[in-house]
Amino acid sequence: MSDAALTGMGAAALADALRAREVSTREVVDAHLDRIARHDGVDADGDVWHARPSEELGRDDVHAFLVVTAGSARAHADDIDRRRVAGEDLAPLAGVPLALKDVLTMRGVPTTCGSRMLEGWVPPYDATVTRRLREADVVVLGKTNMDEFAMGSSTENSAFGPTRNPWDLDRVPGGSSGGSAAAVAAGMAPLAIGTDTGGSIRQPAAFTGIVGAKPTYGAVSRHGLVAFASSLDQAGPFARDVTDTALLQMVLQGHDPHDATSDPMPRADLLATLRDGVAGLRIGVVEELESAGCEPGVRTVFLDAIATLERLGATIERVSLPHAPYGLPAYYLVAPAEASSNLARFDGVRYGLRVDAPSAEAMNAASRAAGFGPEVRRRIMIGTHALSSGYVDAYYLQAARVRTLIARDYASAFAHVDVLVSPTTPTVPFRLGERTDDPLAMYRSDVATVPASLAGIPALSVPAGTAEAEDGSGPLPVGLQIMAPLREDARNYRVAFALEQALGLDPDPGAHGGPRALPLARPQGGAG
Amino acid sequence: MTGALREDDVRHVAALARLDLDDAEIAALTPQLAAILSYAEQVGEVAADDVEPMTHPLGLVDVLRDDVRAPGLRADDVLAAAPDPQQGRFGVPRIVEEDA
Amino acid sequence: MTPWLEGYELVVGLEVHVELSTATKMWCGCATTFGDEPNTNVCAVCSGQPGALPVPNRRAVHDATLLGLALGGSIAPRCRFHRKNYFYPDLAKNYQISQYDVPLVTEGRLEVEVERDGELVTEVVGIERLHMEEDTGKSLHLGATGRLHGADRSAIDYNRSGVPLLEVVSHPDIRDPETAQAYLRELQAIVRTLGVSDARMEEGSIRCDANVSVRRPGAALGTRCEIKNLNSVRSLGRAIRFEALRQVQVLDEGGAIVMETRHWDEEAGVTRTLRRKETVTDYRYFPDPDLVEMTTTSEAVEAVRAELPELPAAARARLAAAGVPRAQAATVLAGGMLGLLDDAVAAGASAPAVANWLAGEVTGQLSAQDVAIEATGLTGAHLAELVAMVDDGTLSSTMAKQVLGAVLEGGGVEGPRAVAAARGLEQIGDDDALGAVIDEVVAANPDAAAAVRAGNEKAIGALVGQVMRATQGRADPRRTNELLQQAIMAGEG
Repeated sequence: MSDAALTGMGAAALADALRAREVSTREVVDAHLDRIARHDGVDADGDVWHARPSEELGRDDVHAFLVVTAGSARAHADDIDRRRVAGEDLAPLAGVPLALKDVLTMRGVPTTCGSRMLEGWVPPYDATVTRRLREADVVVLGKTNMDEFAMGSSTENSAFGPTRNPWDLDRVPGGSSGGSAAAVAAGMAPLAIGTDTGGSIRQPAAFTGIVGAKPTYGAVSRHGLVAFASSLDQAGPFARDVTDTALLQMVLQGHDPHDATSDPMPRADLLATLRDGVAGLRIGVVEELESAGCEPGVRTVFLDAIATLERLGATIERVSLPHAPYGLPAYYLVAPAEASSNLARFDGVRYGLRVDAPSAEAMNAASRAAGFGPEVRRRIMIGTHALSSGYVDAYYLQAARVRTLIARDYASAFAHVDVLVSPTTPTVPFRLGERTDDPLAMYRSDVATVPASLAGIPALSVPAGTAEAEDGSGPLPVGLQIMAPLREDARNYRVAFALEQALGLDPDPGAHGGPRALPLARPQGGAG
Repeated sequence: MTGALREDDVRHVAALARLDLDDAEIAALTPQLAAILSYAEQVGEVAADDVEPMTHPLGLVDVLRDDVRAPGLRADDVLAAAPDPQQGRFGVPRIVEEDA
Repeated sequence: MTPWLEGYELVVGLEVHVELSTATKMWCGCATTFGDEPNTNVCAVCSGQPGALPVPNRRAVHDATLLGLALGGSIAPRCRFHRKNYFYPDLAKNYQISQYDVPLVTEGRLEVEVERDGELVTEVVGIERLHMEEDTGKSLHLGATGRLHGADRSAIDYNRSGVPLLEVVSHPDIRDPETAQAYLRELQAIVRTLGVSDARMEEGSIRCDANVSVRRPGAALGTRCEIKNLNSVRSLGRAIRFEALRQVQVLDEGGAIVMETRHWDEEAGVTRTLRRKETVTDYRYFPDPDLVEMTTTSEAVEAVRAELPELPAAARARLAAAGVPRAQAATVLAGGMLGLLDDAVAAGASAPAVANWLAGEVTGQLSAQDVAIEATGLTGAHLAELVAMVDDGTLSSTMAKQVLGAVLEGGGVEGPRAVAAARGLEQIGDDDALGAVIDEVVAANPDAAAAVRAGNEKAIGALVGQVMRATQGRADPRRTNELLQQAIMAGEG
């Protein structure tokens, strides 16, 4: 098989080919490393490849990766191949490569969280997610770019320069897990891990035409996930199709005694009901999220997707979540409040950036001012204010009460319907730089994804079609968000799979004809 | 709801957050934070006085671990990242304030 | 009114921090050992590494509940942990996980014995709350003084970071330094009896801050100052006394008390204003989203209550009923020796006799040798044996002290009887053996014998002394006296 063929294949297909020994893990890994070397703007040299400084990156460089662990990936691949040849019983995804968001620790590999604050920090321990991936013999290719400390919706808040969207290299891939999403959309990895606090998996999945799932809060351990907002953060999978996404979530999820918020309930088999179809399912369209400032093109794709689901036998109902419009304001108090405390540990004492000063206090303040970018500072300031004496009740606690009401709204809705749907984002991907000067406009990218985060429920974005941007450029991908009750992640996959099969969309950005698209290397076409 | 945010408020918050921001940065941040806060203040429109604040989505309770030793990290590993290791300790410049 | 404050009344509340002696820290599996090399008992959690998460220690919660019940408090059916946010280099996360609006325990009380006019009287101090939190790391100040002031640099060791702490906050019910001291000693005795902490002030495993104010009797509470750096029960008393007098002087001179934290300078015997914080303290408490609620059912409370051992107050009452003087009982309890006493009584000794030994000689020898009672291997059976040997005249009290010393030194491997036999320390009870020595002494001192015979009874003292010397103290003095009389009188004939 050619490199191009390998980098265009999904995880399940690669796993099958590996099991059948049609290809070696080493060949699969090398093909993906080669694609990264050609399209990502890294110095592909030695065992550890670093992304080039942002000023040296070209406008065709995706910049999905901050560091590529080429040496350890190859070594892991060789080890898997040896064990496969020896007849060892390997895990379902053994040998499939993956891109890991740079917010999850991996012992011995630098973790920056997209921040100068942590530049050069090499974590002394593995995140549980990283450990589970290794135990499943999924091969980590490297750490991906992200908005600094996962705060952002475009990956432009990375201290190391933005990631570009493979559908249009002049547009953002979304964020904060933009590097992971772009890596998958660009064929640099069939699988990736993101984290989602208010939409940071779903929104970039929608923007890059792939599948991304935020599991039920507590399904995936947060141990080793550098915290943004602890009561919201959840790691989850990206892939180019629903099955691969489900396979990866199966690897990630499970109880972890190192995380007191990890769910001890046994996890559902996401594949068991995947092909059950939507006939007879009651699907609720969330009025408040559907009408939340959607572009006409996005709205059209959304309505077509609903029509498709109805044709497949689902019952469509309109459902109201009366407090959902308060989700975004509540989120922008709760998440910064938690962040202001979570990020207090970055003080120049134990790790990371230190700016020298005559006193410890001045050193802390100087290091933090120098290490944190503008958006992180803004959120720390908002969150500190929201918790401070005299304001905590009106801001943080009131937002937490609204959160309760939103969770109750969902519970009432799920008494009538099996899943809820909305557009994942109100717009198609915007241009680089378009919203960087307007924080509130950037925040509004998350208007449809934030309510599910506040409630902790599982939510997934699946490609629903393409639309032109308001300026007529495109076509660009549009995602459908599916939401299910707590712990009912399998329902989201079931609905997403039915829609995916019915729509038959091509995940190749190049197949849609945009002039600035990076075509996914397809086995059939041989493009590359 | 809480009145306009002034530069002095922002300076106070920066001190609490231990961020060394100069006057220009304070001046630039003030309107940005004011805009975000006035947007966020919409939560005040919701009648929620009798509602329990939600701080955890799953309703888990009593997650505890047994009092059993677990392997930690070697001092060298923890100190490897220290900007100023001092004979097995983390060095810092002179501490001015007393402990809380 | 406080007599020595001339028209003012002293009001004191105490905040006591107790480090629990769990095997592992509050949130992680690191050891809580005291005195190890810096940063050797650390992991990702307690060294504040990015991404690390706390998981609470079940034993710590249990121990906190146990102490709460021992203090007669109510256990909250639901409570949780909050983050107390402040920056300090020894605080690895720059927030301390603590409890805020709903502590684990509320409204307890502590009965303490205070000596007043030579008599022990009982005082009751209310306890507002007991909550759980974590200890911080330790800063070593590098520079000439080794203290914070004047240090050039500091260096942090996170071994103590995350060790479970209980904070016990009293109501401002205390009206004199002696009650404050008794309260601290009593709390120390209770946590030791429960086995939840070794409560050593010198190691910082129990620490005390005092909130001190003065007022005119009947007036509203005065402005208080918080006194820190109280390193012993004695300094607690001294500091309160100094601070009260200082405040009275300020008020009498027409000044006002400023609410502040003050540092006790043990050497100078004064409290001093700590350098004020440059920023306003605003801890921005909020529920820790890494942790979930804790619940305690009434059944669970009763199950813990059933584990409560006899507490010092009950033990004091019991010992008093058994005839043990209050002061000795207090020493026995404070020294953690009640179990020994009970064991000795079970082995047949009388409580007052054993208490006398424990409060006197045992305590004295331990403190002279600077060893802990647990380290000596002394058992109740040993004590009972020792008491019996004195009672039946096998040992003189002097020899008994030597025997005790030998038992303690030997790590309790051999009991008093074996030690006495091995070292030849038993009293010479055999009249023939003793008589032989006496005959020699009488023969060697004809003048003294003659003086005794002449009616100078005091002269016999010198002869008794000679016999004791010759027997290395093993002679029973009373019997020696009797036999000497007989020998001298016999010599006359």
